[in-house]
Amino acid sequence: MQHIKELLTKMADDDLIIGHRNSEWTGLGPILEEDISFSSMAQDKIGHALGLYTILNTELKETDPDKFAFHRKETEFKCCHLVELPIGEYDFSVIRHFLFDHAEKLRYESLQSSSFEPLAKFAKKIHGEIKYHIFHADSWISRLGNANEESKSRMQSALNYTLPYAFSIFEPGEFEDRLIAEKVFIGEKALQVQWLEKITPIIEAAGLKITTVKNPTEHYGGRKGYHTEFLKPLIDEMTEVVRFDETANW
Amino acid sequence: MIIEKTPTKKEVILQALESVKDPEIPVLSVIDLGMITDVIVNNDDYVIIKMVPTYSACPAIAVIKNSIKSKIESLNIGPATVVVENDKKWSTNFLSEKGKRALEGFKISTAQPVSNEVTHEQVVEAKCPHCGSDNTTLNSVFGSTLCRSTHYCFDCKQLFEKFKPI
Repeated sequence: MQHIKELLTKMADDDLIIGHRNSEWTGLGPILEEDISFSSMAQDKIGHALGLYTILNTELKETDPDKFAFHRKETEFKCCHLVELPIGEYDFSVIRHFLFDHAEKLRYESLQSSSFEPLAKFAKKIHGEIKYHIFHADSWISRLGNANEESKSRMQSALNYTLPYAFSIFEPGEFEDRLIAEKVFIGEKALQVQWLEKITPIIEAAGLKITTVKNPTEHYGGRKGYHTEFLKPLIDEMTEVVRFDETANW
Repeated sequence: MIIEKTPTKKEVILQALESVKDPEIPVLSVIDLGMITDVIVNNDDYVIIKMVPTYSACPAIAVIKNSIKSKIESLNIGPATVVVENDKKWSTNFLSEKGKRALEGFKISTAQPVSNEVTHEQVVEAKCPHCGSDNTTLNSVFGSTLCRSTHYCFDCKQLFEKFKPI
């Protein structure tokens, strides 16, 4: 079951890390509604991470979800580089949210027919929740892309900067062929094609352009445990309190 | 002639669950929310309640689970176990008519039933719970809790919340 463990771990780690990044907007959002939106999405993402860590625990004999999430070394995390980046300015966070969540929605849609039943059920359960993340992302891409020259140029530069990182989502894992052969998952390559088809018209309708990414593998590494310099400080921060007394009851 | 029937244990339990409320929306019971999927009373009076969580990240689930357990055990039928069925999907379609009326009384707008998937129109449209107008606009798909969106009424100039369709 090593191949399914790997798939669930990378998905859960993506959700945990993007969830924590989203939560960094709490109290800092440019308007109150956005403060609330990023905080709500953070809550959902961490809930989804917990759901996946729970499947790893109950179905695949992995350790307790809290221990698994917070007591691993940086090199044992399987998240992609895109989710690790700091929140930056709001334009970057909106673009990352848009690029990541479209991939996430398509991933979970395909997993609704996964041969691994616990994952198929989970994918069906959270489909409606992810849909709201997409409504949110699409409406801001459209509003900011079509607003004025300043917002348009900021969105375009954020897109140019973030797009190469977005390809890190689709870095294939070690067991890709087996996952596809056993119909657990359609595979990263197929997902990437679906994703580009989905996001391109939305970006164009917002008056923005997709630039060609010359080297889509440039930011690969996360799925194999090689991370950006931003992950380690984030894990340290997330676990700062628990490390005081790892046996404490909350 | 009135024939008074003694309620079954299951009926007593269902009646009692009407008083277990969602801590985030105290006008709604777990029955109104459609969260209770099964009530089983074994021959030795051991009670098993099955419930489905609403949102996967709903922070109220643990509180609701404990409230159900203590409520049932206060009935003196027997010990109770509450099973959370995490793999089952919850939908706003499960909301009872009584629950919808209670929400509207609490000034939270409700949505039309979802057929297959939530549409953009279903997310955007909302009837103002204050004046009943349909002349409203979506303010944000996220509100004070995960289950609500925020809207604005052009007629009575009020910001209001909707129990969002899922």
